[in-house]
Amino acid sequence: MDYFIQQLINGLSLGAIYGLIAIGYTMVYGIIGMINFAHGEIYMIGAFVALITFLAMGALGITWVPLALVVMLAASMLFTSVYGWAVERIAYRPLRSSPRLAPLISAIGMSIFLQNYMQLLQGARSKPLQPILPGNLTLMDGAVSVSYVRLATILITLVLMVGFTMLISRTSLGRAQRACEQDKKMAGLLGVNVDRIISLTFVMGAALAAVAGMMVLLIYGVIDFYIGFLAGVKSFTAAVLGGVGSLPGAMLGGVVIGLIEAFWSGYVGSEWKDVATFTLLVLVLIFRPTGLLGRPEIEKV
Amino acid sequence: MSVTEMTETPLLTVEHLTMRFGGLVANNDVSFVARTGEITALIGPNGAGKTTLFNCVTGFYTPTVGRLSLRHPDGREFLLERMPGYRIAQSGVARTFQNIRLFGGMSVLENLIVAQHNKLMDASGFAIAGLFGLPTYAKAEKAALELAKYWLERVRLTEFADWEAGNLPYGAQRRLEIARAMCTEPVLLCLDEPAAGLNPRESGELAEILTFIRDARNPNGHRTGVLLIEHDMSVVMRISDHVVVLDYGRKISDGDPTSVKNDPAVIRAYLGEDEDAELPPEVAGDLPASVVHPAPKEI
Amino acid sequence: MTMPSHTAPTPAPAAVPARPAVDWPGSLKDAATAAFVALLLTVPLVGLRTVDRPTGLSIEARPDEVIASIVLVFLGRLGLGLIRQGLALPVLVLALAAAAVGLALPMPTQVLRLVLVAGGGIIALRAAITLTTGRSKLSQAERDRRMDRVAAKVQHATKYIAPVAIAFAVALPLTPLADRQLLDIGILLLTYIMLGWGLNIVVGLAGLLDLGYVAFYAVGAYSYALLAHYFGLSFWVCLPLAGVLAACSGVLLGFPVLRLRGDYFAIVTLGFGEIIRIILVNWYQFTGGPNGISGIPRPSFFGIADFTRTPPEGMAAFHELFGLEFSPLHRIVFMYYLILALALVVNVFTLRVRKLPLGRAWEALREDEIASASLGINRTNMKLAAFAIAAMFGGFAGSFFATRQGFISPESFTFIESAIILAIVVLGGMGSQIGVVVATLLVIGLPEAFRELADYRMLAFGMGMVVIMLWRPRGLLAHRDPTILLHGGKTPRVNAGAAR
Repeated sequence: MDYFIQQLINGLSLGAIYGLIAIGYTMVYGIIGMINFAHGEIYMIGAFVALITFLAMGALGITWVPLALVVMLAASMLFTSVYGWAVERIAYRPLRSSPRLAPLISAIGMSIFLQNYMQLLQGARSKPLQPILPGNLTLMDGAVSVSYVRLATILITLVLMVGFTMLISRTSLGRAQRACEQDKKMAGLLGVNVDRIISLTFVMGAALAAVAGMMVLLIYGVIDFYIGFLAGVKSFTAAVLGGVGSLPGAMLGGVVIGLIEAFWSGYVGSEWKDVATFTLLVLVLIFRPTGLLGRPEIEKV
Repeated sequence: MSVTEMTETPLLTVEHLTMRFGGLVANNDVSFVARTGEITALIGPNGAGKTTLFNCVTGFYTPTVGRLSLRHPDGREFLLERMPGYRIAQSGVARTFQNIRLFGGMSVLENLIVAQHNKLMDASGFAIAGLFGLPTYAKAEKAALELAKYWLERVRLTEFADWEAGNLPYGAQRRLEIARAMCTEPVLLCLDEPAAGLNPRESGELAEILTFIRDARNPNGHRTGVLLIEHDMSVVMRISDHVVVLDYGRKISDGDPTSVKNDPAVIRAYLGEDEDAELPPEVAGDLPASVVHPAPKEI
Repeated sequence: MTMPSHTAPTPAPAAVPARPAVDWPGSLKDAATAAFVALLLTVPLVGLRTVDRPTGLSIEARPDEVIASIVLVFLGRLGLGLIRQGLALPVLVLALAAAAVGLALPMPTQVLRLVLVAGGGIIALRAAITLTTGRSKLSQAERDRRMDRVAAKVQHATKYIAPVAIAFAVALPLTPLADRQLLDIGILLLTYIMLGWGLNIVVGLAGLLDLGYVAFYAVGAYSYALLAHYFGLSFWVCLPLAGVLAACSGVLLGFPVLRLRGDYFAIVTLGFGEIIRIILVNWYQFTGGPNGISGIPRPSFFGIADFTRTPPEGMAAFHELFGLEFSPLHRIVFMYYLILALALVVNVFTLRVRKLPLGRAWEALREDEIASASLGINRTNMKLAAFAIAAMFGGFAGSFFATRQGFISPESFTFIESAIILAIVVLGGMGSQIGVVVATLLVIGLPEAFRELADYRMLAFGMGMVVIMLWRPRGLLAHRDPTILLHGGKTPRVNAGAAR
């Protein structure tokens, strides 16, 4: 039972990370109908910015952990979202009206570019970091111990999700965003600056991915330039599982995948956990292509 | 024109067809027949369920309830409601689309050759005989080319044969789509608003092509029945031999053009007189759309 | 989309007016904005580098690189802005000067030199285009039309180029030029050309975006390696078997996913590619896991003779059979001809199948699936055929790869490999056979030629993919000629695919 709860917490925190990345996929797919293949790399950049910020603060002598964490979070979200913006501006915007494959190829190119850009700048070796937030919360008379980092991940994700849902459902920005998702042309005719909304979508997605990157850095304490690929594919799986275009779906999908991975590693063995995820992706697409919370789509004749 | 041929055995028999999408009933217990040597027109106000019925016949939807049977002139019978779309096409039902669907990047001639896919596929032995250039395939391809030329001539596109289909003018694309459907050598040709977007001269040409298809024997010796959805009443009244009127998913009238034109139920459906009170509000809201439809002038 | 897609505040006139007043404040502001974005982009990642120290990770500042990139972005953006405002000539001179400086003077880093030369070159090119055409930038459609004309010319010239190229490829090993290194590069290029042509069947003809093609390459390679390892079968028995096994795996993987829509299909094929790789890594007892399989037997001369100096019992030696001096090069030359023949088989297949109902049905499916179904085309079967045939060719290439390397491991079958093959197909122009050759020379050949810049290879590769897509979204040599003509090309044809 204690082992079970341990895995549950592991799965939830991992799922929160996947969910945060998946939101970026789902929003971009919702608004311009493309798979932003470089999104995994954006998350990787988020992790690196967080790491560099922490090291820079260490060099400046700032060691008070709460301040360090807040600065890391802010810096990571800021700089990463600039990357998200730039990727869209450079590689996707000129291709809006191109054949369907062009933006996807461009995105794959961007993803390869960003990976190697990071490898060249920061080196190919993986970057270890000593635990910033050590310590565990023990529950049930010490039978279960949960690290603070994982708890913090779950909490921060919850807070972000609530804030983000409010942003999308209550503000005029969110309304414009949803309008563009329905019909970009019409929204443009009604005075919505569609380009700006699309840019903002990428910025928001990148900011959330940056949070995920920082969380991964804190939980696992080691990152490298290649972490974006696998996390990206899995998060996309999460987005598909939840139903592309649905924000709660993305989060739900992330949690489901996180739990599957955690329990699979915990009870079966960690080597095959990726096969489990990919198999799930295939099965979902075959039997329920619209995902758990997605709207059904009728083939239009 | 050819009402005398009403005696021919039914080509397509639709019986008690009902199609539901969740709670929405798009077609409710519709029955009618279409015959070879006739142009059967399916009309009705917007949202009457014409396209849905069409999609059931051509296999893009599977009807909730009902029977769709296709009887070839040689007596073979096919139950369309049980077949996937491509099977229905193979059994002799060809169709065109409301928003033209050509293979835009391929040439006009290629569009017509692709339409003869199954015949050629057999001749090429699933590509194996074709890969090695066996004569059976060369012969079949020559025949296919002849059929394509025949229909190119009929729809007057011969000089455009090597054009990219996507670059044809709109009216020519409509004609090409009909020629492509005819190249499958169907017994039933289904046309979804073929006159949409055509100018009067072009719809005149279209009417000629359709009556030709109805009256002439195809190169393979068979004749083709025509089922069409149309909004342009002048076209419908001019060329159709048999009109089926749908409203709110039900058949409200069925007969030759003159009798349908004078059917009070049809007039009511198009003009929407004094029944509004009884209709559910969401349906009543749709009515002005059908009232402003250009059709009433003709009726 | 008819949305205004330019946020640049500079007015972009269609033609350069006589002498407009240059909007200096606007241009400067625009350039400053770009420079600010560059600052945000470079500060954390370029300006601060992590360094491994014995005491742990630490950090190092590189303000010079940040400043250099900001200045370059500022100048570049300003230059582009000024070209649009009629100052093309001075910009051209300055850009050329910058490129020259980059070439001639010593630079602190290679990257800076590269950026100066490439950036200066691109801006100079833009300026030159503006000067000659009077327009700051060709519209996408106009550019597409021009490129299509070029592509059409290239494809028509292929009729004459192809026999020459093939003759050259056949003669190459016989010339004194052919040393081991050249032949190795030739084999590498031909392998990718073959893979590109194979994938072109799925992507270019049938329009299915397969991101996991390398899986079939892996199936082919492992089929041969394992059959040789466990059953001692020879290469010539295994080659067809590997093709069959790859085709079967293609059908197996394809069957459930072929009805998915484009992007989903792409991701699922990627997932399948990864699943196969993970299986190869984790099924240690059977596949050797990450260590792979070594000692894969080399091919014999069609089972008649062997390429070793002292062949095993019951086998003749190749050099003795033909009365030649023994040379280790013989085997390499044989391999070269083998892959050349395999690649040409794929090419001939594609050229022929395009004129057959099967190939035409693939192209029809690519253009419009629903219309294809309405003509009685069985979508699933056609797509499965495309998938299986392409997989089979991938399997052939894979078993060739295994026998050439003598060693395989899952390392060789990562996603990046799929991406490279896909890039070859898409950059060359989907469906274009000659495009695959040109793209392979670009993508594989160029980096081989500039080995000293190996670190930047993948960086440039990724950037190249983006740039070529931006420049010509349909691929460099994308142009389609009808597979059958009624008038033999006598009537004028309008062939601007961009009009679609």
